[in-house]
Amino acid sequence: MTNSSLTTITAKAAPEETQSCWSCGTMRAVHFCAACGKVQPPVPVDYFTFFGLPRKLNLDISRLEKDFYELSRKLHPDLSARASSQEQEWSLQQSSLLNDAHRTLKDPIRRTQYLLQLEGVELEEQSKTATEQARSAGELKKQIVPPDLLEEVFELNMQLEELRMHKKMGEDDPALIEEIGRQKLELEEKQEALLRELKDHWETWDGMIQRQQNGQPVSEEERKQERGKLVDLLNRRNYIRNLVRDVSEVLEN
Amino acid sequence: MGSDRIVGIDLGTTNSLVAFMQGESPVVIPGDDGSNLVPSVVALDSNNQPVIGNAARDSLIETPERAVYSIKRLMGRGVDDIQEELKFFPFRLAEDLQAGEVLRINLGERTFTPPEISGYILRQLKRNAERFFGAPVTKAVITVPAYFNDAQRQATKDAGRIAGLEVLRLVNEPTAASLAYGLDKKQNGIVAVYDLGGGTFDISILKLHDGIFEVIATNGDTHLGGDDIDNLLITIALDDTLGDLGLDLRRNAEAVQAIRKAVIETKIALSSQASVKLDIELPGGKRYLREITREQFEQIIQPIIGRTVGPCKQALKDAGLRPEQIDEVVLVGGSTRIPKVRALVKELFHREPHTDLNPDEVVALGAAVQANILGGGSEATENMLLLDVTPLSLGIEVAGGVTDKIILRNSTIPASATQHYTTQVDGQANVAIHVLQGERELAKDCRSLARFDLKGIPPMAAGMARIEVKFLIDANGILHVSAREQRSGKEAEIQVQPSYGLTDEQVEGMILDSFDSAEEDFRQRQIIEARNEAATILAALDKGKKSAAWGHLTTDEKKKIAKMEKALVAVNSEDDYQAIRKAIDALNQGTTRLAELMMDSAVSVALKGKTMDEVDMGGGPTAPHPVAKAEFE
Repeated sequence: MTNSSLTTITAKAAPEETQSCWSCGTMRAVHFCAACGKVQPPVPVDYFTFFGLPRKLNLDISRLEKDFYELSRKLHPDLSARASSQEQEWSLQQSSLLNDAHRTLKDPIRRTQYLLQLEGVELEEQSKTATEQARSAGELKKQIVPPDLLEEVFELNMQLEELRMHKKMGEDDPALIEEIGRQKLELEEKQEALLRELKDHWETWDGMIQRQQNGQPVSEEERKQERGKLVDLLNRRNYIRNLVRDVSEVLEN
Repeated sequence: MGSDRIVGIDLGTTNSLVAFMQGESPVVIPGDDGSNLVPSVVALDSNNQPVIGNAARDSLIETPERAVYSIKRLMGRGVDDIQEELKFFPFRLAEDLQAGEVLRINLGERTFTPPEISGYILRQLKRNAERFFGAPVTKAVITVPAYFNDAQRQATKDAGRIAGLEVLRLVNEPTAASLAYGLDKKQNGIVAVYDLGGGTFDISILKLHDGIFEVIATNGDTHLGGDDIDNLLITIALDDTLGDLGLDLRRNAEAVQAIRKAVIETKIALSSQASVKLDIELPGGKRYLREITREQFEQIIQPIIGRTVGPCKQALKDAGLRPEQIDEVVLVGGSTRIPKVRALVKELFHREPHTDLNPDEVVALGAAVQANILGGGSEATENMLLLDVTPLSLGIEVAGGVTDKIILRNSTIPASATQHYTTQVDGQANVAIHVLQGERELAKDCRSLARFDLKGIPPMAAGMARIEVKFLIDANGILHVSAREQRSGKEAEIQVQPSYGLTDEQVEGMILDSFDSAEEDFRQRQIIEARNEAATILAALDKGKKSAAWGHLTTDEKKKIAKMEKALVAVNSEDDYQAIRKAIDALNQGTTRLAELMMDSAVSVALKGKTMDEVDMGGGPTAPHPVAKAEFE
């Protein structure tokens, strides 16, 4: 098996972590020793750093998967079943970190949420501190009904309630079901559109990070603004996702 | 190499098997009765000693109160969980059981927990393997249903320890099956494994990628299998006897077991025949007669096998796949021999399922492959790596009795999640955490895994403490929790005690034959077994000498046999079991022609119209001779 550029990138991403392998003494990368293959003690790093990636939102998914498989072949506990209990423990820690990182980064929404968390944005739903922080920082918080959707959502909720009642009584209302089904499709389209919009903003974000990497100044104001846009889009998208879920539940039951 | 040998074990609801990697392919290790399957039945003999497997099966009918089967259904469960089971299974629970306690089962005058019963089955498999290798076996990979929760997994691991086995890994049964299949067909693609066994159902969807077996989604039902079909047929028979014959046999354990045996045979026969006649002798000399056609059978079982559809559809949905995107479907478990089940699978996945490997053995074979991988691998398993998932979401209870999911189902394991807690009042020293497993919104609808307290938080103002709790699901699918108060840096490791689990001390006290792995103990047992076998073959040879076939041997052959016989007698009095075995094998080889001749004469006599009983076979070399044995029973 060939070692991809992964190890080098990883080493570059965390240059301050250059240490020697505990087993063979060679200078090592973060996860395993390129020389002797031994798993290394886990170093607390964020998921992007773990994969040797910059904190950008666009990423090459097939490349991520390839790296995931390659690292799995080095870090999985199956490979250290005969090693010392210390090595087994490291392997368990490292491979859970690998899996957590892969799971988070491969999904566009989770990836965006995670990056915002790294940026210090608290995304926990209904979280009081998040509301207060957002208010004091002048940023938007999740789970506020997007104002332009208010009327539509109110109407839909009424219809859902009506359908629930009908179903409870054992009545059939094909016209209402059709109407709600139509709205569900619309919502799903809206959800798609929001994902596209979110992805457009990834470009802006990534461009900003690139500028910073190239040594150009990025003002805290600009960063905050971009964060705010991403949070807003995530909120809208999550709100609509929840609506779609509610509608599906009522329709399926 | 002997002590490093890792075996793969399928600890099944109905049957259990042990396998290992012989060269480049996995093989099942037979028991001393020559059978690959060890029925998962444990009984107490008249001396209150446990007997396992085929030897225990008869006592299910003769002394049902001293025997237990399908113990897997009780693993990791509490008394509240099993009320449904008790309607159909003759489990005799200890009278003084408390809710939340590990179950205890009465067997005769003795009492056992489910992990102990499973431990006896595992020990039998361990012994079979040791007998086969002529060396101690202390390490194993054990399979569990993919949909087993944390408590059920922990209980299985405990059973291994009780049996004197270090459980290197718990592997999910459908995943193990895919390893056995994948060994021959190293290819890429999407595979669905449909596993309907004696008591559990699993569906797993995997992505095969250059030797990596990545589970994408799994689903199932840990209480759905062939047992349920049997119970349905038993219920029908009991209703019939009550209605037609006025006989209420529901409390008659012997009669119920006799009916059970008959309906299982009927079920199996209906997979190859269009119609089967049930004929059961009942107490009081009456008979229960009924003909069941395959059509009727298929109607009867429809509600049961129909319950596999939901999990299959959910797994496809979770994997984000349509049925057409599945490249291969593999069938596992004895219940997939039922033609109706095969038809259902075909309909679900739009393709003909694979059945090349024996569905009873494929899981054990896969476990052997995984054992080989853990042992460092070989040419055959090079580059093979299993990436499995957790079948159920892990959550914690938050305000309002709601489950906050922190690791979602189908996450690749090992997986972890970190949560932060704080204190509500000044100087609060403890924080209670309730860990749950399941998909439901409310905590009360999920399975309670454990409640534990974070203790010894240094005195601080309310909200000042910052306790970081890390939840980690290991490669066995078992949860570990650790906690740290971040301001003081105080660390508190917490071992999650499953709600219906055994403590370490309890397991320690249950370990069977604590010296089982000790060389001397092992050697003693081997000597006794070898001498028993030697006695059997020597007795068989004596009988063979008196048979007509003896006369057909050449003088040279007779001389050779006599020499080998003498050699065996000579080593038999010594303490070298390996020498005894060698001499047995030699004599076995040397008498092959004698055995064949005896068989030929038996066959020719039978062809002349005589029954076997009328022919004086002289017994023949019975026990260890594989060829002769089958014919002389």
